[in-house]
Order: sequence, then structure tokens, then C-alpha cells
Amino acid sequence: MSAFNAIGEEREIDRDEFTPGNEPQPTWCPGCGDFGVLKALKQALPEVGRNPEEVLTVTGIGCSGKLNSYLDSYGFHTIHGRSLPVARAAKLANPELEVVAAGGDGDGYGIGGNHFIHTARENHDMTYIVFNNEVFGLTKGQTSPTSPKGHKSKTQPSGSAKTPIRPLSQSLNAGAGYIARTAAVNPNQAKEIIKEAIEYDGFAHIDFLTQCPTWNKDAKQYVPYVDIQDSDDYDHDIHDRTEASQMMFETENKLYEGEVLTGRYYVDDESPSYQQEKQAIGEMPDEPLVERYFDDDYEWERSYDLLDRHK
Amino acid sequence: MTDDELIWRIAGGSGDGIDSTSQNFAKALMRSGLDIFTHRHYPSRIRGGHTYVEIRAAGHEVQSRGDGYNFLLALGDSFARNPKEEAVYGDEEIKPLSENLDELREGGVIVYDSGLLEDDDVAELNLEERAEENDWHVFPIDLRGMAKEHGREVMRNTAGVGVTAALLEMDLDHIEDLMTDAMSGDVLEANLSILRDAYEMAQAEYEFEHDVRAPSGEHDEEQVLVSGSNAIAYGAIDEGCRFIAGYPMTPWTDVFTIMTQNLPKMGGISEQVEDEIAAAALAVGASHAGVKAMSGSSGGGFALMSEPLGLAEMTETPLVLVESMRAGPSTGMPTKPEQADLEHVLYTSQGDSQRVVFAPGNIEEAYDQTRMAFHIAYEYQIPAILIYDQKLSGENKNVDESFFDREPNPTLGSTLTEEELQEAAHEASGKFMRFQSDPDETENGVSPRSLPGQKGGRYLASGNEHWPSGHIAEDPDNRVLQMDRRTRKLDSIREELDEEHDSQQTYFGDESADLGIITWGSQQGTVEEAVERLNDAGHAVKGIGVSDMMPFPDAELTEFLESVDEALVVEMNASAQFRGLLQKELGRFGPKLTSMLKYNGNPFEPGEIVEGFQIRLGGDSAEPTAQVRFEPAAGD
Ligand SMILES: Cc1ncc(C[n+]2csc(CCOP(=O)(O)OP(=O)(O)O)c2C)c(N)n1
Ligand code: SF4
Ligand SMILES: [Mg+2]
Repeated sequence: MSAFNAIGEEREIDRDEFTPGNEPQPTWCPGCGDFGVLKALKQALPEVGRNPEEVLTVTGIGCSGKLNSYLDSYGFHTIHGRSLPVARAAKLANPELEVVAAGGDGDGYGIGGNHFIHTARENHDMTYIVFNNEVFGLTKGQTSPTSPKGHKSKTQPSGSAKTPIRPLSQSLNAGAGYIARTAAVNPNQAKEIIKEAIEYDGFAHIDFLTQCPTWNKDAKQYVPYVDIQDSDDYDHDIHDRTEASQMMFETENKLYEGEVLTGRYYVDDESPSYQQEKQAIGEMPDEPLVERYFDDDYEWERSYDLLDRHK
Repeated sequence: MTDDELIWRIAGGSGDGIDSTSQNFAKALMRSGLDIFTHRHYPSRIRGGHTYVEIRAAGHEVQSRGDGYNFLLALGDSFARNPKEEAVYGDEEIKPLSENLDELREGGVIVYDSGLLEDDDVAELNLEERAEENDWHVFPIDLRGMAKEHGREVMRNTAGVGVTAALLEMDLDHIEDLMTDAMSGDVLEANLSILRDAYEMAQAEYEFEHDVRAPSGEHDEEQVLVSGSNAIAYGAIDEGCRFIAGYPMTPWTDVFTIMTQNLPKMGGISEQVEDEIAAAALAVGASHAGVKAMSGSSGGGFALMSEPLGLAEMTETPLVLVESMRAGPSTGMPTKPEQADLEHVLYTSQGDSQRVVFAPGNIEEAYDQTRMAFHIAYEYQIPAILIYDQKLSGENKNVDESFFDREPNPTLGSTLTEEELQEAAHEASGKFMRFQSDPDETENGVSPRSLPGQKGGRYLASGNEHWPSGHIAEDPDNRVLQMDRRTRKLDSIREELDEEHDSQQTYFGDESADLGIITWGSQQGTVEEAVERLNDAGHAVKGIGVSDMMPFPDAELTEFLESVDEALVVEMNASAQFRGLLQKELGRFGPKLTSMLKYNGNPFEPGEIVEGFQIRLGGDSAEPTAQVRFEPAAGD
């Protein structure tokens, strides 16, 4: 018998279940792309049969980090850049949870960049949504790791001299199993991609273009956008690493030329998730570890039985 | 210094197998009925560099490394032999024989490997003259040659042990048994025969004019030889900790390694991760999801944990961290002990700190206080930190096997089950009131938690200040209620520690004395021994080893300090951090306190404390011979 009966509960999930019953209302600016992520996620979760109490959303700090303030589920609003290590441990502790991590481009590609690389490399079975608005929103518009070269802000008054990060390419190199880019202005595609990411058994990374009308005025609203799966101009094989890599490179370049390409870039259907790898070498139990703490019959191991080597 | 004890020092190069050889020899002495205490000294590199282990063995209980040593087995540093490396290694080859030779007691024994140490180098030490002066008994023996005869040079350790046993008039039985357990096949055969040959050779070739012998003793029950790191890991295992995340750093790596070697076999999880920020954040994530979790590091790595530590405080996520201090600042002296991270551990992270900090004073306390840390962390939803150091981490001591015969305690503390959640308070929106602020509902400051996946328990955990439902809030009244509640937990913890458990402070010496010695953490055993000697020598002295750093045991320390006219505060740092804490917490007693500080990389020896006491409180006006500094308290 499980001590976590929200998990896998057999029932109809109402499409509004992830919408909080009353306060708080989102405090994002009018027109902010973050609304698009919230909406797509709220729709996607019931459609893949998840209920609010089997979902744990783990966010960083930024405008984006408020995601789980406005989504009715278990939530953990952590610290700047550290959503991934918190999220992946929760998943190891209870692999039955549906874990979704989220945060900004500064949060995930800047201060938390090291965790991003390592979580992708380990291929933890979870979804990671990066709200990429190409600026630091919450702290009032400073240059971020994805701001285009030449981007001016109060902290880069002469324009950024740095080449922006390539989030998709970096994710591929690090080892993520599912990589996509979508945009707040394309809610249907966003919802479908989130659903695929949740269903994917491994680390699914979504670079989510979220316009920031307040601090990134000169930047595009990410329209018009192209869905590379729908376009006749592109037909790369998403299971082919090399083709995916080329497509990503082109997409990253085009964004700074004003052309917004979105869609699925890479899907690895073969590699096992980290949990599976760890179980295969005998370093992770088959039953969720948390259940043991509620099992009255479990015989807890004692240090007393380890003492032979000390005699 | 007592004469009914052996302090055997085995010295050689790092990488010479000193650790395993000494471990087995210590166990052999323990099996023969003796009490054991070991001290390990090693440089921060893998190969070469002088390293030694001291084993103190006596027929009575031993609490510290003791003073000096009375038997030296100098193997010579085999990795310092490359002539091309001379510039780097300098005179290191001779160091196992030459270093701290002054600390060899009168009448002491020296066995050195004449097959490895050059005659010229030895000649420079004036060994003959000094031996004459100090009544030392010197045995130059070609251990390397003997080992070579039997096949492998590295076995000169075994030859050294054979000679040692012969000179100490010990039986070889226990040593042979231990070798048989640890090795097999040809290696075992070769080692056993070299051991016997060396033993018989020493018996046949030398006249025994020295007085040092293996003491005799008897144990009432089976003993186990454990280190402070073992004790911490075992305490965690017995409290049901099944998740650890870490990043290697000396000396914390010992605990991390022991846990990692054991947890998977118990269906637990260990994660070596990208850095210490991640390590602490993983422990927070695992604990949030409902597993008993820990992480840890040493000074520099612990600095990286500051922000996740604050997150655990604010989200009231139970968490146990260990901080194994080494000499700082910065990379400092990685393999040398110091107690200079106390303030760091007490106060690091933004905001008012709301955490529990224990500093165990010996190996048994390391086990007990680790268990207490988990109990408190999960009951009160608060980070609990064990602060110890390279000394306690690496020293080994014999403990009754039955000491570990305890019940496990895997409970998750103040965590609700799904049934309990149905009865619990919820917001109109359906969110569980995870962070109730009403003082009537949360008398001891604790508001029970739910776990993700439980029905009826959803809430938001946030590092931002929050409403009872977890939602972010900057409302002043709510803020004060929540801060007061979280702070109240520390008062409740103090109350529980005072009223429901035996004190974690250790008292020793003459209860009616007017003079006191105060110490904290790993120096306790050494101070205990010093106090005993002072009392034996006719002084009246009482001592206390303090473990509760936060919440501070105000009542106990007030009582202690009121009962004495003056006290010496002994700690291993340069800025008298514990004395500062004492004054901050108690707000008085300054004029009674003098600090005795040591920060040269070596822990105190009992004799140094005896000397310090005599100089500061005993009316002696001499200068200390030890590398220590005295400092009066503010307000003196
Ligand atoms: C350790 C730390 N450094 C800095 C900050 C201040 N800070 C908060 S959010 C943020 C950047 C937010 O940018 P991004 O991650 O892109 O999120 P957005 O607001 O754009 O969604 C910064 C610098 C912080 N909270 N913590
Ligand atoms: S500042 Fe930008 S990112 Fe933040 S809420 Fe406003 S529009 Fe959105
Ligand atoms: Mg941003």
C-alpha cells in the first residue's frame, strides 16, 4: 500500500484543476510571455492525466520563478539557479512524482549553468522549462546570458560585447534526451511540446521564448515564428544527433537575425534515464525510497551489523 | 605522561602503506586487551611527504594521543628517493627519523630502516650522542633488504612490525590473525614469513636493554576500533538516513565515503555531484520529498552551501549537514586540524540564523550527537549541523561493541500521514496550511508538514517569506508571526535538550575546584587528560567540554562559570571564537576568562595544557614551550 495516494490516482482530471481556487493572481506585467507558459502547462498536465498532487514544480528565482505561485500543485520555489539540484533529488527520493523544474535564462543558463550541464548529462527523468526572455526580468532588465551581442542595458551601457549562449546546442552536448524550443506566442505548439516532454523518460529541456515587453522593448515578440516540423524549408531527422546539431546551430543564429524557429530538435529514444542507470548498477532501490518510511514492517538496517571490520 | 603505556609511532612516506599497517597493529593491540587511541598526521599530497600514525595503547582508558611517543619505527620515505626530485623533496627522506625526534621520551626505542636511510644523513642527526643523552635505544635494521629477500620491497612495513613485536615482547598471534583476514594467497604467505623472520631475527640478534614493553590489559567485552568519521556515518545510518549528496573535500570525504560504501547495500542513495551548492540543494530536495538526507563538506565547500542552508531554514526543510574543519583561511592546510569555522557555521547565510549546531567531543559523542541532530532536524524541521575537525575525523579509538547495539529510529518527525492530512487545516482553495503561524496552534514553533504525492497536502515551499499556505507574502504582521514561530523552535529545542535528554556537555575533574578549563569539540579528550594530571599533581581543577553551540546551553555554562574564580578556554584557532560565543551568549564572566589558542596545524597535547594552566592560573611565570598564545577576554 502506498503512502502517496495522489500518485497514479485513477480519476478524471478536470481541465481547471491546476488553476488556484482564489488568490494569488499573477503579478506579471501585461503582455508578459510568462502567462503563455503557465497557460500551456495548466492545459498540458490534465491532458497527460496528471493531477495536482502528484506533480512537484520546482522553480528558481526571477519573474519566471513565480510559475508555481500561480499553479495549483506541490511547489518548491527555491533560490536563484538551484532549481535543478533540488528537483532531481526529489525525483530520486520519489521517482513516481512528476517533476517539472522551471526558471529564467539567467537562472538556468547563467548562475545555474553548471547544474544545467550536469543534470542534462545525467539524464534525470524530468522536464525543465527555461523561460528565455533574453534579459534579467525581475532585477529590471540587465543583460542575460542569452541577450544578443550589442544588447544595451543599465549594466551594459555600451552594448554587450559577449556572444550569447547557445542553449539548444549546449543542451545537446551536455546530454539531454529531449530538446525543443517553443514560444509563448504559439500556445498550441507549446502545450503539445510540454506534453511530450512530460511523457519523455529522461531529461526533457524546453527553451521557451517568453517576450518581456517591459525590459526587452526592442526585442521581437517572437512573431512571426516558424514551426520547423510544419515548414517545407526544414526536415531534419530529430533522432539524428548530427542533423539536430546543425538545425540547432542555424536556429540559434537565425534568432538574432530576427527569424524565430521553433519545434522539436532532438529526441533520443534509446538512452536510459539516470534512474534506470542507477538501478542497473544496484545503487538505487526499485521501490520509491520515501515509501519505506511509511512501511511499518520494514526491517531497518543497523550499524551494529557493520562492526566486523572494526574488530 | 605515564610509563605504563606504549605510544608507537610509525613514520614514512605518504603512500607507503602506513595507514593499513598501523590500523592492523592497533587492532592487534586492542585484541590483546588494551585501550587504544590513534593520531594521524599526513601532508596534503598523494605521494612522498612525511606522514606518521601514532598508536597509544594502555591497560587503562586513553582519551588523547598523549604526549610525545616512546617507540619510533622510521621506515624512511621511499617516494623521496628519486635523485632528480631532490630540489622538491629536499631532506624529506630522513624526516621519518628526524622529525619531532625531540618528542621521543627518555628511554625510548628507535627502529629505523638502514636499507633506506643513507648513513650520511643519519650521521648528520648526531643520533649516537643524542641517544646517549636521552637513554634511547637505537636499532638500525635493513628492513628493506629483508623485504626484498621475500619478494617485495613494500613489505618492509611488515618486517618493521615483526621487529616491533619482538622488541615489545608481544605474541604474534593477533597480528597473524589480522593479516590472514586481510590478505590471501602468495601475498599472505610472503607477509607471514617476513613477519616471523623479522621477529626471530630481532629476538636472536639483540640484547634487550630497553624498558619499553607492550602493556597488558583486559577487556570485559568485545571491542571495536572506530574513527570519528565512522561514528558519524553510523549514527546517520541508525537514524534512517538513506540519502547523501556530496563533493569530495578533505577531511569530510571520510564520512562521505563510508556512507557511499554502505548506503546502496541498504537500498539508500548516494550522489557525488558537481559542486557543494548542488550537494546541499540535493539534500534539501530529497528531504523535502520525504527521505532522511544529509550532506556535508569542509570549510571551503561549506561556504558554497550557505545559500541552500538558508533555504532549508526558510522553507523549514529538515536537513543534517556535517562540517569537518581544517586549517584555513582559504585552502589553508588541507590535512591539518583547526577549530576556526565555528562562527562560519553558526552564522553563514543571509538573515538571522535558525539552525542547530553540535560539536561532539569524542567518538561516542560523534555517534550520539549525529543521532540527536537527525532527531532534532526532523522533529523541528530545521537544519542541524555537526561541526568537527580533521582530528576527530581520523582518530581511532576502541569502543565497546555493545555501544552500537541500539534501536534504529527512522521516523520522519513532524510529518503527517494522508489520514492525518484529512483532519488538518486547509485554505478555502484547498491548499494545506503547511506554515501555520498562530502561536496557539504552534506552541513549540513547529507546524507539521506534508510530502509531495500525498493526497490533500499540496502547498508551496518558498524561500520567500510566506503566508500559512506557503504563498509569498510581505505583510508585516504575518512576517513577525512567522519569524517568531521559527525562532521559537530554538527555545523549544533548548528546552527539550535540557529536560528530556542527558546533557551533551561533558564534565570532568574536581567538582569543588575553584579553577576551571573549558573546551569545545575535539579537544575534549586532551583537556580531560590534562585536568586529571593536574588534579593528580595536587591542583584542584574542574573541566567542561561543550558540544551544544546553538542553541547555547546558557544554564549549564552559567552554573559552571559561577562556580569558578577563573577559567582557561582552550581552542584551536587564532581569534578565540568559542570564548567570543560564550561572552555573547552569557553577557558576562569576561574577567574570569583567559584563552589558550593553538593554530599551528597540530592539535593540543595534554602536557601543553598542563603547562598552560600552570602559567596562567597556577601562578607559574614561565613562557610556554608549546606554540600557543594566551589572550585575555574582552572586559578583562
Ligand atoms: C544569488 C542571487 N544573486 C542574484 C539575485 C538577484 N536576482 C534575482 S532574479 C535575477 C535574474 C532574473 O533573470 P532570469 O533568471 O532570466 O529570470 P526572469 O526574471 O527574466 O524570468 C537576479 C539577478 C538573487 N536572487 N540571488
Ligand atoms: S518584467 Fe518582463 S519578464 Fe518580468 S513580468 Fe514583466 S514582462 Fe514579464
Ligand atoms: Mg530572463
